[in-house]
Amino acid sequence: MRVEIQNLTIAFPTATGISHAVRGVSLDLGTEKLGIVGESGSGKSLTARSILKLLPRSARITADKLSFDGIDVLTANESAMRAIRGRRAGLILQDPKYSLNPVMTAGAQIAESWRMHRKGGAREARAAAIDLLAQVKINDPGRVFDAYPHELSGGMGQRVMIAMMLAPDPELLIADEPTSALDATVQAEILRLMEDLVARRGMSLILISHDLPLVSHFCDRVAVMYAGRIVEQLGAGELAQAKHPYTRGLLDCMPALSQPKPRLPVMTRDPAWLA
Amino acid sequence: MSATTGQSWRDWLLTDTPASRRQAAWGERYRLWCSFRSNGLAMIGLVVALAMVVLSLSAPLLASYDPGTQELANRLARPSAAHWLGTDELGRDVWSRILYGGRVTLGMVVAVVALVAPLGLAIGCIAGYFGGFADRALMRVTDVFLAFPRLILALAFVAAIKPGITSAIFAIVLTAWPPYARLARAETMTIRNTDFIAAVRLTGASPARIILRHVVPLCLGSLVVRVTLDMSSIILTAAALGFLGMGAQPPSPEWGAMIATARRFILEQWWVPTIPGIAIFVASLAFNLLGDGLRDVLDPKQR
Amino acid sequence: MAAGGARKLAATAASVPITLFGLVLVTFLIGRVMPIDPVLAIVGDRAPADVVAATRLELGLDLPLYMQFWIYLGKLAVGDLGRSVMTSHTVWDDIKRFFPATMELATVAIIIASAIGIPVGVLAAVKQGSRFDHAVRVICLAGHSLPTFVLALISLLVFYATLHLVPGPGRQDVVFDEMVPVITNFLTVDAVLAGEWDVFWDAVAHLIQPAGVLAYFGMAFIARMTRAFMLDALAGEYIITARAKGLSTARVIWKHAFGNIAVRLVTILALSYAGLLEGAVVTETVFSWPGLGQYLTISLLNADMNAVLGATLVVGVTYLAFNLLADLLYKLLDPRVQ
Repeated sequence: MRVEIQNLTIAFPTATGISHAVRGVSLDLGTEKLGIVGESGSGKSLTARSILKLLPRSARITADKLSFDGIDVLTANESAMRAIRGRRAGLILQDPKYSLNPVMTAGAQIAESWRMHRKGGAREARAAAIDLLAQVKINDPGRVFDAYPHELSGGMGQRVMIAMMLAPDPELLIADEPTSALDATVQAEILRLMEDLVARRGMSLILISHDLPLVSHFCDRVAVMYAGRIVEQLGAGELAQAKHPYTRGLLDCMPALSQPKPRLPVMTRDPAWLA
Repeated sequence: MSATTGQSWRDWLLTDTPASRRQAAWGERYRLWCSFRSNGLAMIGLVVALAMVVLSLSAPLLASYDPGTQELANRLARPSAAHWLGTDELGRDVWSRILYGGRVTLGMVVAVVALVAPLGLAIGCIAGYFGGFADRALMRVTDVFLAFPRLILALAFVAAIKPGITSAIFAIVLTAWPPYARLARAETMTIRNTDFIAAVRLTGASPARIILRHVVPLCLGSLVVRVTLDMSSIILTAAALGFLGMGAQPPSPEWGAMIATARRFILEQWWVPTIPGIAIFVASLAFNLLGDGLRDVLDPKQR
Repeated sequence: MAAGGARKLAATAASVPITLFGLVLVTFLIGRVMPIDPVLAIVGDRAPADVVAATRLELGLDLPLYMQFWIYLGKLAVGDLGRSVMTSHTVWDDIKRFFPATMELATVAIIIASAIGIPVGVLAAVKQGSRFDHAVRVICLAGHSLPTFVLALISLLVFYATLHLVPGPGRQDVVFDEMVPVITNFLTVDAVLAGEWDVFWDAVAHLIQPAGVLAYFGMAFIARMTRAFMLDALAGEYIITARAKGLSTARVIWKHAFGNIAVRLVTILALSYAGLLEGAVVTETVFSWPGLGQYLTISLLNADMNAVLGATLVVGVTYLAFNLLADLLYKLLDPRVQ
């Protein structure tokens, strides 16, 4: 599995002209864990979602190359994309409160995902879904299977979401801020669970977040985005050598127990970064 | 010259840093107007609605005949140069009657709105602000009136008093106020619990002052939208009452009543009942388009 | 969770008697504000004074208002709505005769309206901004702006007088009069039960035009609401989830988006069913359909107040029942409410 992105641009028509959300992004992903870090509106989600062609309808997308394992995503039609979505690449969204279908039970949603890509009847799908719920470390899979999303906590909901996306056994998992909507205590559990499952299944992972230290902790490699561009790519262990002032600024803003500062610095943004 | 003054007015309105409250308020209004203007259908609605108001106000100038003058020798005439829209079963000029009928219809709409908006607003604000027993009692009454189909309650009410324009107006008011009360109540309940109302209360303002100065102005936006959207329904109810013989009475040139009297000619002289029908349709459509546009601008959350 | 649902249902049920009481009170009061003297309406205005006084006493009109209301309630409890001056039957008997025709009309209309309105609304939302969407918006707006009686008259002109596609006004051809025994008083159903297919097809032919006119208004409302709900649902994050799972477009639209609005649509259907009762008053008048609407308008013109109030009350109660049904269905079917 290999994802290649070269010179990707995503633009939206607005009342006052065209607004570019992603401007010339190039990325290469093998079987590894890649973190994409950036603030809101930096284009990190759009970049990741363009791999699945799940962009808002008004988005204008161009690229020199945008391919998933040799398949040209730009020219692929809807049915070719459906062969990738779910089956080969899954997507986990931020808040299970909104990303799970509120009128279907958790189990039905997992079973649907399983049956979509595998042969099997309703009974096998149910067994598979309960097994998946156990794999995401849910203690009482039978009860959760029949629960509606609003009856689950945020952490439980996100586990259901992970189980649903793992059901077809994909090669790539895109996690778009998977823990931002969760309580701090649950965040680490969910991330560890994802890390564990991804490692065990030999999958690739794209983890999107605004939390640079967290991403560098879980990923092999980090891409830092600012205003629609990748400003720097680093190995996870090389954060200390970051060169771009934006990355440095992000790191300086972090409070550290070992070197307490009386006052955290405020990021100064150089308009030259936008160029 | 005029181009540059126009430009500076625009800049003054659209500036990001208004110098005064007045400038900020007008700038906001100008932005709303700009976004309204970009909605083509809504602009059509506005233009047609304004044209109707102008046409009916200037009916005495534009009408070629007196709406009541009968010309029995020339009954049920086709549209012609002398009678632009033909004549009705008593030889009266349909164009003149349509113009005067617009006055009746718009007059009824204005009367109903002038009565129903303050009434609904008052009931809704009181129920929403005070809560408790007042709220429960008022909302029960609202429920009862919502439980009747609008036209049927109006019909029964008019029949009981006396068919005519005045009773039709009161009947429509009687059936139209509950949604306004509901709307005002819902808005009031969200406003009531905000911090700025708590702050006003801490300064010692009386409930009456809070409601009139702080709650009511905030309810007005959605109320205006509701009123505009409701105008078409008022026009339709008034016309239906007229058609069923319970609203304006012949020989009044009210559009619904005109159709009622001309209805038996639908198969032969079809234009006689159809033309007032088109007038009702156009009037009601204009207010619907206008209301839709206003809602998008003033109250985007209410779809 | 279940207890919360049950409590909400109980609260809904508890509000019904109060609203019902209000409904009766309002009809009663309307009946009493009328300047027409009910006594004179019965005995005629040339009756001697002692007859007038005796009738007044007999009708209980000398009693205080609350006593009159109490008596009115008592009569209502046994189904006594008074006697219609016009038909000289009891109002209750008249309603039993005319109401099924109205229900038959409204039922066929709501079936046509939802069969067209729902798919059209869904498609318009899916193809938001397309020509189809604009066309649907225009058709819906026209439905909200066109008076019922104008469309009915135009329909008569086009389909009956010009194209000769449908028979004229009325519920059936006179030759079929009283050919099938009255069981449900839905003429189409009775004809099928009696196995009289000629009567059935004649009834359908007569029904199709008024029902179609009525259905147009229901369709406009249903399509508009379906479109708005679907736009809302399609913007949901769970739609992205469903697409990311690799589901087919049809499944995303119908199972995930439509599945989310289905319950709200049920309430919309119940509301428009009730709304069609109102439209039926005018439609029946134009098409001479012998239903409650025509009964009501004829009674209105004859100032036959017992009949007017009885019909108003029945329509009000039916309307209330449909609203209640909508409410209950919503609370029972939507898992989020419990």
